[in-house]
Amino acid sequence: MVTAALSETDLRQRAWDAASRVVDPEIPVLTIADLGVLREVTVSEDGVEVEITPTYSGCPAMNMIALEIELALEREGFSRPKIRTVLSPAWTTDWMSEDGRRKLKEYGIAPPQAAGSRRALFGVQEVACPQCGSANTELLSEFGSTSCKALWRCKACREPFDYFKCH
Amino acid sequence: MAVASIQVSETPLVLYVLRRADDALILGHRLSEWCGHAPMLEEDMALANMGLDLLGQARELYTYAAKVEGKGNDEDKFAYLRDVRQYRNLLLMEQPNGDFARTMVRQFFYSAFADLYWRAMMKSSDATLAAIAAKSEKESAYHLRHSSEWIVRLGDGTAESHARAQAAIDELWAFTGEMFAVDDGERGLIDAGVAIDPAGLRQQWLKTVTGVVAEATLVLPKSDWMQQGGRAGRHSEHLGHLLSELQSLQRSFPGATW
Repeated sequence: MVTAALSETDLRQRAWDAASRVVDPEIPVLTIADLGVLREVTVSEDGVEVEITPTYSGCPAMNMIALEIELALEREGFSRPKIRTVLSPAWTTDWMSEDGRRKLKEYGIAPPQAAGSRRALFGVQEVACPQCGSANTELLSEFGSTSCKALWRCKACREPFDYFKCH
Repeated sequence: MAVASIQVSETPLVLYVLRRADDALILGHRLSEWCGHAPMLEEDMALANMGLDLLGQARELYTYAAKVEGKGNDEDKFAYLRDVRQYRNLLLMEQPNGDFARTMVRQFFYSAFADLYWRAMMKSSDATLAAIAAKSEKESAYHLRHSSEWIVRLGDGTAESHARAQAAIDELWAFTGEMFAVDDGERGLIDAGVAIDPAGLRQQWLKTVTGVVAEATLVLPKSDWMQQGGRAGRHSEHLGHLLSELQSLQRSFPGATW
C-alpha cells in the first residue's frame, strides 16, 4: 500500500481520483466518470477494486479502459488493482453527468436526449445541432462511428454531426 | 493439425444459456459478413454495429455458461471449439445473408422477438441473466427500430425491393416458430422463474410483425408449418460452412493468441 498514514477513506478518494481521470479512448473529452462507466472504487486489505460498466454490450473500448485504469492506479502506488465489469444496474444515458453532456456538445457531439420515446417503433426524435443549435436536423444513419453514436445532419448549417444515442 | 472439440456438460441451465449465446454469436457473425459489402456506407456501419452488440451479448452469456458449468471452459472455447452438432442456435440465425432484404427480414423477425424476450427476462430470478437482459433489451429495441424502418422502405419501395422483401418473408417464415418452442429442460427453468415462457410472447410478437409488414404493403405467409432443430443441434447445411470460417484459426493453430 501507499503509506500507512493514509486512512482507508483517503486511499479510496485517491484511487477514485486516479481512476476517474481515465478518458474514453473513442471520445477523449469525456472521462469515464463523466460517462458513468466508472461505478465504484473500494479499498480494502486485499487492495483496490474498481467496478466499471459497459455502455453497450460489445463496446470494444472496455478492454482499453480497464487497462488504462490499471495503469493509472499503479502510477498512484496501488499494486495489482482489480477491475471488475458489472452489468447491473444497466448503464443508461442518465448515468452521464451534466458536465459530461456539456463537454460532449462543445466537442461537437449532440448529447443524448431524454429517453421518453425510445420504444416508439417509428419514433420522431428531435436533436439540436451541436454546431449551430438549430433543431432543423435529420437522421442520416441509426448507427455511427462507434456503438454509442448515430449519424445526423444539420439542415441549417449543413454540417453532419454525431449524436450520442439515447439508451 | 486439427484440435479436438470440447465436451460440454449440458445441465438445463448451461444448455439454456448456451442456446441464447449461440443465437447472438451466429447472428452477429452473419451480420459481420456484410462488413465492406453493404449497399451503402451507413448500412455497412449499422450492420457491423448490430453484429458488435450481439457479439457482446454472446460473450456475456458464454462467460456465464462457463461459470455455471464449472469445467474450465470459457467464452473462446465455446465459440471456437464446438462442432456444428454442439451448437444450439435457432435455425433462423444461421440462414445465409442472401440479399439485403433477406438480411433485414431475418433481423426484423428476430429483433421483434428479442426485444420482448429480453424485456421479460429482466424479471428472471437469476441475477446474472436479469442483468444481461437489462443491457440486451435496449440494444434489441434499437435493432428492431432499424430493421422495421427498412422493412417498410423495402416493401413500400420499388417493385424490385418489394418483390425481394416478400420473397425473404416467404423464405424465412418457417424458421420463426422455433423462437417460441420449449423443451422439458426449459420447462423446469420456467417453473423455477429462471426463464420465461416464450409462448406468452407470441401474440405480441405477431402484432408487431403484422403491423410493420402491413405498413410495408407486404403479406405474411398463411402456412403455419414450422421448421425446428437448431436447439437440439440439428442444423441446416449452412452452419457448418459458417463455423469453418469462424473457427478456422483456432482449429488450424490451436491456442493461437496475439
